[in-house]
Amino acid sequence: MVNKVSGIAAALTQPNVDTDVIMPKRFLKTITRKGLADGAFADLRFDEDGKTRPEFILNQLQWQDASILVVGNNFGCGSSREHAVWGLMQLGIKAIIGTDFGGIFYDNARKNGLVLPIVDESVRNSLFVVAAEAEKAVFEIDVEHQIIRADAQDFVFEMDPATRQALLLGQDETLDTLKLSDQIQAFEQVHHGKIKVNVNK
Amino acid sequence: MSAKTLYDKLVDTHKVCDLPGGDILVYVDFHIMNEYTSPQAFSGLSTKGVPVWRPEAHLAVVDHVNGTRRREGPDEASKLLISNLEKNCSEHEIALYTLGDPRQGIEHVVVPEQGLVVPGMLIACGDSHTTTYGAYGALGFGIGTSEVEHLLASQTLRYKRLQSMLVQIDGPTAPGVTAKDIIMHVIRTVGAGAANGFAVEFAGSSIRSQDMAGRMTICNMAVELGARAALIAADEVTAQACLNKPHSGQFEFDVNGWQSDEGAVFAREVIIDGADIEPLVSWGTSPDQSLPVSAAIPTERDMATPAAKTALKRALNYMGLQEGQSLSEVKIDCAFIGSCTNSRIEDLRSAAKLLRGRNVAKNVLAIIVPGSSATRVQAEAEGLDQIFIEAGFEWRPESGCSMCLAMNDDVALDGERVASSTNRNFEGRQGRGARTHLMSPAMVAASAIAGKLADVRHYSEMEE
Ligand code: SF4
Repeated sequence: MVNKVSGIAAALTQPNVDTDVIMPKRFLKTITRKGLADGAFADLRFDEDGKTRPEFILNQLQWQDASILVVGNNFGCGSSREHAVWGLMQLGIKAIIGTDFGGIFYDNARKNGLVLPIVDESVRNSLFVVAAEAEKAVFEIDVEHQIIRADAQDFVFEMDPATRQALLLGQDETLDTLKLSDQIQAFEQVHHGKIKVNVNK
Repeated sequence: MSAKTLYDKLVDTHKVCDLPGGDILVYVDFHIMNEYTSPQAFSGLSTKGVPVWRPEAHLAVVDHVNGTRRREGPDEASKLLISNLEKNCSEHEIALYTLGDPRQGIEHVVVPEQGLVVPGMLIACGDSHTTTYGAYGALGFGIGTSEVEHLLASQTLRYKRLQSMLVQIDGPTAPGVTAKDIIMHVIRTVGAGAANGFAVEFAGSSIRSQDMAGRMTICNMAVELGARAALIAADEVTAQACLNKPHSGQFEFDVNGWQSDEGAVFAREVIIDGADIEPLVSWGTSPDQSLPVSAAIPTERDMATPAAKTALKRALNYMGLQEGQSLSEVKIDCAFIGSCTNSRIEDLRSAAKLLRGRNVAKNVLAIIVPGSSATRVQAEAEGLDQIFIEAGFEWRPESGCSMCLAMNDDVALDGERVASSTNRNFEGRQGRGARTHLMSPAMVAASAIAGKLADVRHYSEMEE
């Protein structure tokens, strides 16, 4: 269940930050969801020798505890790896404000309770400016009312109703869907008359 | 009845019911899994004590982490991913094409090859390039691991209907222009991410004239537009492609049902003149940053906004290139032919045609990884392996994703420049600090010969 998120916001202005950058492949050889905090933005945070890159926003004193990101267009494009969402959350990120997101990344975020408010480019650009001033960079996001409060102003964000509901209720979608088993079976009986895959045949 | 798009027909025929909040529950005909995005889905099932709904509707393939040199086994971490998949599949009675199986290969190459996709199907896979199946008039889309769990448990997904976008491309394309150039042209015209939230249907004579391999290349890489689904209407070419495959005959289908109706409304339409398309190479770190080899890299002055200027600088800094530099001067270190975008037999033939009687430039490491074991066997029967080997390519005896995402031992080194038939030129994609230039397999062959980015058209005149 997620309703309100508040915390320090950091601006990550570059566009097209893909899931290879969010979670490099060398962290993907795992069969659990754990231990991915080190992988999140690894090549932006550290150089080849493992030394911290001071220019990266989350390495800077004022933003090292950021839990909200304001990001460039098309964030989370690329591969389907849910590890990207797991790693960001393990790094302490709770919400990412952007104009548009890679579709699979967006759905993965919802499944894990990571909040992705969508705003117009002009609003996003204003939020870039606010987040860049350390003393103003504390944001509050209200999922139920779809409002971002920053710099004593309210900004309305978009979120499709199903995602909003999923975040607010925080139900297990797998178990929830299985309550519809009868309907799935009824559909299947008719549908299998048209297409029925059996890989073993 | 009002006119429907092909996309809406596919969604409507798989809709189980509406869900609160506007999602719909869709039934998935067929699900494909790999070793790296499925483990946590299986553990989710066991934690919840839920069985697999219909095991025979799933197929697992090992392709992402395995080595492709013979005898050199995967590293320990990769071995764990593979053995874990084997264990999960045997526990849940799910079919698995693992290493050594003659059907093994890159998932999106294997499925059409086995005849497991026909028009009208809905296919999901924990991999973004599942859009490939749109080439068959089927709805394919990528999902995350939580959705893999949901699908294993219920054979369904909670689905948000997308908007439809039409990309209409008409007219003959110039010699040397391949399906890869068509899709790269679309991406550079419309922009990476421009199709976020859309299902894209490709139509027009430039698309119709593509063979199935070309159509798959186009739908495959549509995800680099942000498209969650890509579609091409089924026709006689599609019908033919469904024949004579191991699973042919298992599915009855009618190609006539799987086109958009006359007058169907698209939320967005993009019109492209096929004659405008040239063979392209990417120069940056986003797939929309591409140009013909004869062009020069843009300068800051060409960029409209401060953000675009910063993005240009960042891309050039990573790529080790200069503003205004001529692309034809750019030397390469590696050439890679492979990936679910371009490793089918047709791709191999087009590269081999160019390489016959020629040699890879000194200092270029050239590698070719056929998309599947069956593709490799076919290529060897045609003698293509000999052409590649004589030209100086490493002909890999095993199949998989290899240097497309460098999860195995095919990793480009820091600063190395790769001419690549793959789909993503992201920072670090082919290795930390590795620099990827996307292009068609024939262009990779041309660049391998030249030792620098090269235009396939300078070579085609000398053919045969
Ligand atoms: S070949 Fe590349 S893009 Fe295709 S499935 Fe493998 S890693 Fe992904």
